[in-house]
Amino acid sequence: MSETRTAPAHERRNGHAPAPEDAPEPEEGPTPGGSLIGRVLRSVADQAQRRIPRADLDERDPDFIRERLPLMWLVASIWFRGEVRGLGNIPDSGPVLLVGNHSGGNLTPDTIVFTLAFNAYFGVERAFYQLAHNLVLAMPAMGSLRKFGTVAASPQNARKALESGAALLVYPGGDYDAHRPSWKGNHVDFDRRKGFIRLALEQNVPIVPVVSIGGQETAFFLSRGDRLARLLALDRLFRLKVLPISIAVPWGLNVGDMLGHVPLPAKITVETLPAIDLRAEFGPKPDLDEVYDYVVDLMQDSLDALAAERRLPMIG
Amino acid sequence: MRVSAHTYVSAPAESVWEVISDPARQLSYMSGITRWEVVGEEPVGLGARYRMLLRVGSAEVGGLIELVEFAEPCDIAWTSVTGVDQRGRWRLRETADGRTKVELRLAYGIAGSGLGGWIAEHVAAPMVKDHLRRSVQQLGRLVEAEQVRARAAARRTAQRV
Repeated sequence: MSETRTAPAHERRNGHAPAPEDAPEPEEGPTPGGSLIGRVLRSVADQAQRRIPRADLDERDPDFIRERLPLMWLVASIWFRGEVRGLGNIPDSGPVLLVGNHSGGNLTPDTIVFTLAFNAYFGVERAFYQLAHNLVLAMPAMGSLRKFGTVAASPQNARKALESGAALLVYPGGDYDAHRPSWKGNHVDFDRRKGFIRLALEQNVPIVPVVSIGGQETAFFLSRGDRLARLLALDRLFRLKVLPISIAVPWGLNVGDMLGHVPLPAKITVETLPAIDLRAEFGPKPDLDEVYDYVVDLMQDSLDALAAERRLPMIG
Repeated sequence: MRVSAHTYVSAPAESVWEVISDPARQLSYMSGITRWEVVGEEPVGLGARYRMLLRVGSAEVGGLIELVEFAEPCDIAWTSVTGVDQRGRWRLRETADGRTKVELRLAYGIAGSGLGGWIAEHVAAPMVKDHLRRSVQQLGRLVEAEQVRARAAARRTAQRV
């Protein structure tokens, strides 16, 4: 039985997905002072922090995943008509850093489709972890995510996963990427976060870009609400860089997407690109900016090609 | 869930057997199969293990399988070691008119997957059956084409002699 404990301070970062050194330091902004709203916000933040479980890679449960695969297959195949290409580009064994663009708001249908495909292709026996925002893992109904191998985004957890020889899926753009406006749906935007490159170099593991399309068509995303998030000091309290605003089922106007939404049945296509050995391609001491631009350009090219294949939004 | 498909091939069972027992030829006629690799030292025969994947819906499903029956030239049966629970069988039977009835059976599922699993098995059944149907048809065409080529080669040899 899993035990929920308060994470130590160094594991309590609320950086999103890839987070290893990725999550930018909180920017200066208004702090919730001694006002009633400020105290309430601080109390909620404290409660949320307490709920964040300590990362334990052993919480991943292959049997649980295996038993849930049929349900995931139904959702991925029927609702999202998911299509995952190029899984053969992922090395058959050993640690690997899978770097994806993130779409679809907090529900991230691309992750559902890819997680199913990875587990079906390599078998649930191959350790596969995904980094997620701490707040996602702190939500009461999200406990089962840990059994799927989802761990809180932190540099420590990322290192731990790769050192164990696992495949690790990270989303450098995190919430910033997942909540981009729908009209920027076919745009890879990692907000210049390069922690994933440092991680790959430090652990000496290949990077496999994972490009997906369709997630941003599962709702009508209007704005990241990053200024609103700063105004409410959410970045300081919860390390939330965004307070997204969208039009989504069943809420209509959906602010925050904290309760999720019913995703529209948009076709999700995911393409896995050939593995990149950073030192083999960029020398013993690669320049982070050069690698970042290379990886993002590569993913953008692939996303453009996937976008060109789509005839109609949602339909695919 | 159990699905099956069959066809009649105008060739002796031994000719069909040669194709279905050769792991290197699985991708040439098996519909939906994206991977068929020998795992271990025994490429053919009882106990041989293969890693196979079949595209069904949005996933490539399968896993490690092991041959548990290898009765030349009649039956090959396998069962899963990892991945989706499956048990499959090639069944070859010669008919009175000199043809061979080729049957491919597959039983699959995931133990413990509950109602979701039951629904998924039934939703997937038409797709799996379609793969099986295409596979036996393609196998039939492949073997019959080889028969034609073999007869033509024999004729040419006879003419030269």
